[in-house]
Amino acid sequence: MARIEAEVGKPQGGFMKWIDDRFPFTETLKYHATEYYASKNFNWWYVFGVLAFVVLAIQLVTGIFLTMNYKPAAAEAFASVEYIMRDVEWGWLIRYMHSTGASFFFIVVYLHMFRAMLYGSYKKPRELIWIIGMLIFFVLMAEGFAGYLLPWGQMSYWGAQVIISLFGAIPGIGEGLVEIIRGDYSISDITLNRFFALHVVVLPLSLIGLVFVHIVALHEVGSNNPDGVELKEHKGPDGVPLDGIAFHPYHTSKDLVAIIIFLMIFSAVVFFAPDMGGYFLEHANFEPANLTATPEHIAPVWYFTPFYAILRAVPDKLWGFILFVLAVLLPVFLPWLDRARVKSIRYRGWIYKSALGIFVVTFLALGWLGTQPAENIYVLAARIFSVLYFAFFLLMPYYTTIDKTKPVPDRVVYHG
Amino acid sequence: MNEDDVDRIDRNRRHFLTVATAVTGAVGVGFVAVPFLSSLKPSARAQALGAPVEVPIGSMQPGEMVRVLWRGRLVFVLRRSEEMLARLPQSLADLRDPDSEVIEQQPDYTANETRSVKPEYLVVEGSCTHLGCAPLEDFEVRPAENWGGGFFCPCHGSKFDLAGRVYKGVPAPTNLRVPPHRFVRDDLILIGQDTGAA
Repeated sequence: MARIEAEVGKPQGGFMKWIDDRFPFTETLKYHATEYYASKNFNWWYVFGVLAFVVLAIQLVTGIFLTMNYKPAAAEAFASVEYIMRDVEWGWLIRYMHSTGASFFFIVVYLHMFRAMLYGSYKKPRELIWIIGMLIFFVLMAEGFAGYLLPWGQMSYWGAQVIISLFGAIPGIGEGLVEIIRGDYSISDITLNRFFALHVVVLPLSLIGLVFVHIVALHEVGSNNPDGVELKEHKGPDGVPLDGIAFHPYHTSKDLVAIIIFLMIFSAVVFFAPDMGGYFLEHANFEPANLTATPEHIAPVWYFTPFYAILRAVPDKLWGFILFVLAVLLPVFLPWLDRARVKSIRYRGWIYKSALGIFVVTFLALGWLGTQPAENIYVLAARIFSVLYFAFFLLMPYYTTIDKTKPVPDRVVYHG
Repeated sequence: MNEDDVDRIDRNRRHFLTVATAVTGAVGVGFVAVPFLSSLKPSARAQALGAPVEVPIGSMQPGEMVRVLWRGRLVFVLRRSEEMLARLPQSLADLRDPDSEVIEQQPDYTANETRSVKPEYLVVEGSCTHLGCAPLEDFEVRPAENWGGGFFCPCHGSKFDLAGRVYKGVPAPTNLRVPPHRFVRDDLILIGQDTGAA
């Protein structure tokens, strides 16, 4: 009798079966890793998604530890950051990892987005993945902006002043909106307090949620590849795409190499150049916020400067704001602006190749101009590059239609 | 459920109940949102801290400027010299709003030629009407550049004259804002209030 009871109570299939009967653990693992098939011809451009994930993890962990010593109050914020830097054991490392991580987040995300433009990853059927990705980018911008106010340095204060004032340009509701964003008649302790809440709760939660949705959407349609061919159109008898290999262990081991190289570069910056010559941490921000004097030369951190250059190129407040918003929003529409029949740059004609090349130069030039003072020659250059920036997107339906494309192979191929 | 039951379903009634429930729920969410959104507005304390500030001007020399904070905003108080006042009408053609016609930018009693209560004393917010940077004072006259002295914003290059009036062709759309203020005595300005006792 006792023996039979023991037999009955014994789980059939062990611990994992017990779990799987109650939660789809093995099934999820298969769906997203061991039986998720991505193209076997991925190149280095395909590591930046995973790297973005790594930076997100770094930012979450270092961010949590920073909140344990940081004080979100105007009277204490600057001193508490200095306290973390000087008195908290290893505080300097955690803080530099976080500040460097912010810049690397944008480096990695910009490269990840450029990869999508190289290989047409935003084109049908991946439009939604691209749009979710753009939402992630917007949240990331808000996150970077809110986080930059927290040290309450000169550039924190005046940078926030400029960006928040932008919303004042909206006719009618502008002034009221600005007051609600600040919660005061000027940027104050109250503003700092709510930006802290946004930076550590609202925006990171949104970011994690959007990243989850981004990956679910990606795994539903499958990853693109450098040839832009659909793997799912050529499956073997077992239902596995002929050109696909499992994400785990094949792509993960390749990604591990990328992660190690990335961490080497990341560490080099954290240890030897955490301010990156004033680009990652601006020199004016080593002074506490002074409400009576704007720094002589004010510029946002480098990752906003391309859009900032466009804003400054317009000698009108409202139009400057409109073009700024448009510049940020336009990439959302890429899936529909791009009319080419092929996805990958490998099979596109010279027109798109040139346009994309000019666009890269334009984006970098605007980024550099945004860090320079608003003087004649720079303003003129910013205007020319702003026109090129918008031309790339707005003329795209035309030049991608007339561009001569090459035939796309059925299966992925290796080049070199 | 057999076919007779399906036929007896009153779809209109079901549709009405669905819509009514959804609308009631949406209205409820709307009401609940009010306290949350209102909590984002300037609090009672923030409003109280926006109290008027006194600026003693007895010892100011002609051409001297002081900076004070009112509601956390920078305010310039400039005692203009006779020479500065004499230059005000010179560049009217280059100004976007020489006659202070944008009414939100100043109280009625300063919508005059000098944009001030007393011609000598200019009181303006030191916040560029473009994107809120603090303009720098540049009182040096440079006829070659057609510059009669005034304020220059280092952020985006907006220019204002000695009455805080904006020049044409710069990103700032309007003149510098004149805050409400009054002279309590000849040597004391109260910023943030223009009627009643201090």
